[in-house]
Amino acid sequence: MSHSYHELRSRLESRNRGLREKVMGLSEAVALVKDGDHVAIGGNTFSRTPFALVWEIVRQKKKDLMISRNITSSEGDLLLAGGCTRHYLTSWFSQGIIWGVSRVMRHFVESGEVRYDEWSHMSIGMMYRAGALGLPFMPTRVMMGSDMARLVQDEIKEMVCPFTGDKLALLPALNPDVALIHVQRADAYGNAQYDGLPFMDADIALAAEKVILTTEQIISNDQIRRAPDRTKIAFFCVEAVVEVPYGSVPHECSGLYEPFYGHMDEYAGVTRKKGLEGAREYMKKYVYEPEDWNGFLDRVGLSEVMEASRAGRRMYGD
Amino acid sequence: MTEAATRSECTTAELLSVMSSRILENGKVLFAGVGIPLLAATLAQRRHAPDLTILFEGGVVGPFIEPGRLPPSTNESRTARKANMVPSPTDVLALLQRGYVDYGFMGGAQVDQYGNLNSSFIGDPARPKVRLPGSGGGNDIASLVKMIVAMPHEKKRFVAKVDFVTSPGYLDGGPTRQDSGLITGSMHKVITDLCIFGFDDDTRQMKLEALHTGVKVEDVLENTGFTPIVPDRVEVTDSPTQEELAILNELDPDRMYLH
Repeated sequence: MSHSYHELRSRLESRNRGLREKVMGLSEAVALVKDGDHVAIGGNTFSRTPFALVWEIVRQKKKDLMISRNITSSEGDLLLAGGCTRHYLTSWFSQGIIWGVSRVMRHFVESGEVRYDEWSHMSIGMMYRAGALGLPFMPTRVMMGSDMARLVQDEIKEMVCPFTGDKLALLPALNPDVALIHVQRADAYGNAQYDGLPFMDADIALAAEKVILTTEQIISNDQIRRAPDRTKIAFFCVEAVVEVPYGSVPHECSGLYEPFYGHMDEYAGVTRKKGLEGAREYMKKYVYEPEDWNGFLDRVGLSEVMEASRAGRRMYGD
Repeated sequence: MTEAATRSECTTAELLSVMSSRILENGKVLFAGVGIPLLAATLAQRRHAPDLTILFEGGVVGPFIEPGRLPPSTNESRTARKANMVPSPTDVLALLQRGYVDYGFMGGAQVDQYGNLNSSFIGDPARPKVRLPGSGGGNDIASLVKMIVAMPHEKKRFVAKVDFVTSPGYLDGGPTRQDSGLITGSMHKVITDLCIFGFDDDTRQMKLEALHTGVKVEDVLENTGFTPIVPDRVEVTDSPTQEELAILNELDPDRMYLH
């Protein structure tokens, strides 16, 4: 999983990290993802998921991706059922606890078709952080004693601390080729701000070789410079900026819209009944047939958009 | 309002929530899952523990959840209502490692006599019957702090040895947890709809501490896939009160978790 330090450095050095505009369309941005890439997905569960980017990856039929995410929701089903990945790294996988275990994940993981590395939630955070810091590993006090380490035995090591004598687990750095991140606002250079729960996005952005950013809104660089303390991702991490309003649907984007519960119930219903076949039916209607992202939102429906938006905006009203 | 409810008047989830809430002390810091842990913690805040601080693994410090709008995961915006701070999941989980957290509190799919929890596989992990969603923060919490677990009391869930240890309890009992490198944290209580278990100080086996009203020791033994330690004297818990049940109903009127 880890690149050599020199390789990491030279890959960054070869990128144009100057202050330059990089606004483009969704399909152009996703074309930057290469088959076989390690793609890290920002957000968490069904929150600030870069869903439009994942959706476009599935439409462009990317292959052999390694996917990592701290906690995986229904975007993982699409990547598996779409044949985009043979290797998943996550701490938890299902649309959400209230909808039960993902039938699609079960199909691909139980059959062994997809390599599935389960790490604890904090471990994945520490692995991205090691990557962000340019270090090869992070020591922790978890993933010992339990059976968890056995599942990833080629990737994890134990050591005795040279200072204290404590036993520690060493977790290898994750340095994704690409990070997909969705935010509330960013400028044309890629300076990005997000509200609400920050998740691991800042670490992922630094750990990755490049970031593909979708944003609810593009704002001016002057606006960024008036409140630079709110910038969480710096422009030189970012390779593409795509303005995609409602770019996390059917998942939530804090302050703007809650999860689209009706739509998520529909997806859970069809996969509960028909498993992988149900996911494929869903994907035909919602991923492959729509002409563009607005076409997808059209099919999700205005009443769902309104309900999720109203709930999202009143969240902290009191 | 405070008269006791009979056993048949409350659901398993209600009983688990009430019994768990009573052992949460005011002023403590609690790392909670959604579902029963959240209901129990919020109930405790409403009654005897107004200064109980809740942490969620999505990255939330000290929220107050809006009644009737419970979060369906530990990682989305509803969890952050009226929070003091929203750090990253990495940083909020690291609070466990640093030592800011008194208790971890979660549900479990399967537990064994040493308090080990499995949320990864049903059957042989090499050829699982079911691949479950996995650890999430479970392994982190159980590796680092004192644990409270609430789960329905079913024989298939209470097994001699779990198929896979996702979240460590006392491993093989005795000093094996310490020896493995887990030098902090422990299994504190397992709360079921029949009883409350603690753990023996030496062998680390599950030990019956209290029965809920109307439950006999035989009921516990019949529904447990191993033989827990049964001391001569076992306490009996007070039944949930109408007041406690009314608060739970106010928190979860749609029965998202109280079913």
